[in-house]
Amino acid sequence: MQRRFISIWFCNLATDWMVRRNPSLKDIPFVLAAPDHGKMKVTVANQLAQQDGIYKGMALADARTINHTLQHFDDEPNTEIKLLTGLAEWFIRFTPSVAVDNNDGLLLDATGCAHLWGGEKKYLTDIHKRLQHFGYSHKFGMADTIGTAWAVARFGKETSIVESGLHTTALLPLPTTALRLETVITERLQKLGLVQIKSFIQMPRTALRRRFGKELLQRLDQAMGAEDETIQSIIPAELFYERLLCMEPIATRKGIEIALERLLDALCNRLVKEEKGLRKAILKCYRVDGKIEMIVIGTNHPNCNSKHLYKLFEDKISTITLALGIELFVLEAPVIEDLSAVQEKLFVTNNAVCDVGLAELLDRIGGKIGVQNIHNYVPDAHYWPERSFKVATNIYEKITTEWKLDKPRPLRLLKHPAAIEVTAPVPDYPPMNFRYKGKLHNIKKADGPERIEQEWWLQDGQHRDYYCVEDEEGCRYWLFRLGHYDVKKTYGWFLHGFFA
Amino acid sequence: MKNDKANIISALRKDILALQGIRHDSNNSRLNKTIGILKNAFREKSFPVGVMHEFIVTGQENAAVTNGFVASIINPLMAESGPVIWVGCNTDVFPPALKAFGIAPEKIIFIELKKEKEILWVIEEALKCEGLAAVIGEIKELTFTQSRRLQLAVEKSKVTGFIIRNNPRAINITACATRWKITSLAGENLDGLPGVSFPRWNVDLLKVRNGNPAIWQIEYSAGRFKYNNKIAAIPQQLQQKTG
Repeated sequence: MQRRFISIWFCNLATDWMVRRNPSLKDIPFVLAAPDHGKMKVTVANQLAQQDGIYKGMALADARTINHTLQHFDDEPNTEIKLLTGLAEWFIRFTPSVAVDNNDGLLLDATGCAHLWGGEKKYLTDIHKRLQHFGYSHKFGMADTIGTAWAVARFGKETSIVESGLHTTALLPLPTTALRLETVITERLQKLGLVQIKSFIQMPRTALRRRFGKELLQRLDQAMGAEDETIQSIIPAELFYERLLCMEPIATRKGIEIALERLLDALCNRLVKEEKGLRKAILKCYRVDGKIEMIVIGTNHPNCNSKHLYKLFEDKISTITLALGIELFVLEAPVIEDLSAVQEKLFVTNNAVCDVGLAELLDRIGGKIGVQNIHNYVPDAHYWPERSFKVATNIYEKITTEWKLDKPRPLRLLKHPAAIEVTAPVPDYPPMNFRYKGKLHNIKKADGPERIEQEWWLQDGQHRDYYCVEDEEGCRYWLFRLGHYDVKKTYGWFLHGFFA
Repeated sequence: MKNDKANIISALRKDILALQGIRHDSNNSRLNKTIGILKNAFREKSFPVGVMHEFIVTGQENAAVTNGFVASIINPLMAESGPVIWVGCNTDVFPPALKAFGIAPEKIIFIELKKEKEILWVIEEALKCEGLAAVIGEIKELTFTQSRRLQLAVEKSKVTGFIIRNNPRAINITACATRWKITSLAGENLDGLPGVSFPRWNVDLLKVRNGNPAIWQIEYSAGRFKYNNKIAAIPQQLQQKTG
């Protein structure tokens, strides 16, 4: 199908909105102003003010000398974007895909929509009438490409509808600024006397690229339809979604299970065909009394296995309040990823199948007992033992630094070092014995000290002198002394870990 | 005639073992190399994989030693297949230290839970997952029924399970294939060098299905268990004069 786009340009969006809020402003010159470098500057001037010679960027004081009756209002930032987003949402009545274009226009993908209004002319007339009713001054362009529609809306003189296939002819007489280029490039073009698009469109592409850069060619191609351009719709289309309408309201668990199974089968079939997997799925149950019950599941890995997904949902079915019954089930998959990621191995293992198995296992465990209880650790570039490893953000995280192997480390580390009583000779010999949990350990062998300094940029505190010791039973401990021996006795001895 | 009989009996024995869920992988040579002399206790001189092993632990020091023993067995297992899941109530395992046992710590997924019931559920679910090299569960009590469930799960998936029981109230009968108790021993330095030496353990195989329980005194160094007759000798102070 031939694609059709509409570009709508709101010439005076902010001022029209002010008038809409306060109709008495209609016949008076007024401006919006915002502070800039310590003085108020005009950001928007309405038509009447512009006729007096007041323009955007002028100091407010200067503007008021030109017209002493000039009214001014504070310009709130992002007003235009907010207005345009609101308008774009309203435009969903005309087409499902609407995008905000900079801060002065909208882009509509009208492909296959106009015939519902009885033709493009009637379609545009309807839009025009409604916008006029709102009081927004605007201009249209409708064409096969976004570039041409944009250009026609802003610079077109005769007609706003460019017939399908005629966009090149429509572009030719337009000025260079109609190509959505950076000002530097348009200025350079104008300097060379290339005022209209037709004056350089025939030039060899290599010459154009050499002189004006790639951007000019890209914009030209987009306007001519040689390069594809898509619009970022404000409401992204939910591509993967299934619905199941029930003849009678469903009020049993079994009923939900059957519905869920059918929806999942249908969705997964589609996913498999398109080689995609879902990361998040939402089951929405529309109840007879108008309420919507929702259950959400997430997976660690793109998944399209309906049995596995069913299991994840199964645990949560009991959270649905059935009340009078459910009449419509909708299954949405808002987060979709390419299934090829499955082949990316979780860890270097012999078969890829087990990766899927593990990912599904972790989904199941995470769904039942909470994802916050599952971690794996990656090394962190710190010497301080508690900071030498960190929780990986996900199970696929690549390690950036190596695990350190040069110094012995205990297999079990106490989360909080335990204070112990120690008999130790000064200055820095290992202790002779220590008392931990009421039991006296005589030290037979010892290694150390290994000094680990506190990282002052992270935390204040004293250094630690670590010793590996072995007592008479052969148990091996990791002890440390915090700080230097001093008169005030700020130092202390702690037990931090157990060696294997 | 005599040979035939022996063949039949050995074939039948194998069938019975299969029914009991005991599998002897002939290709876990790497693991058998690590455990060295310990393999003599098992049938066909091969460490049983794809079964449940039970470890009895008393106290924090003992827990670390047992973890060390388990880590040294897991290392060759992980080299051949996937990651390991470590489930426990308060696992204060220090991941960087696992690297010294040849294990990549990032390949171990730790799951910390409060309730024993949840831990058991996770262990069972994990044991059913074929991609894992091993599952380590730290749990206090394990009834026969629970252990049977776990054993049935591993028989299907062929994952090796390690249950570490810290201070159990009673050492009851379980369906696990082995029961171990590992304690630390004073290390001995080579040529009287100062400092702490390689870890030395007293490995007590209390119970083993289709094998012979035994006690060894071994040293863990360079990624394998070293058995030394000298260590096995009874210390001087324990020798009793007879006659």
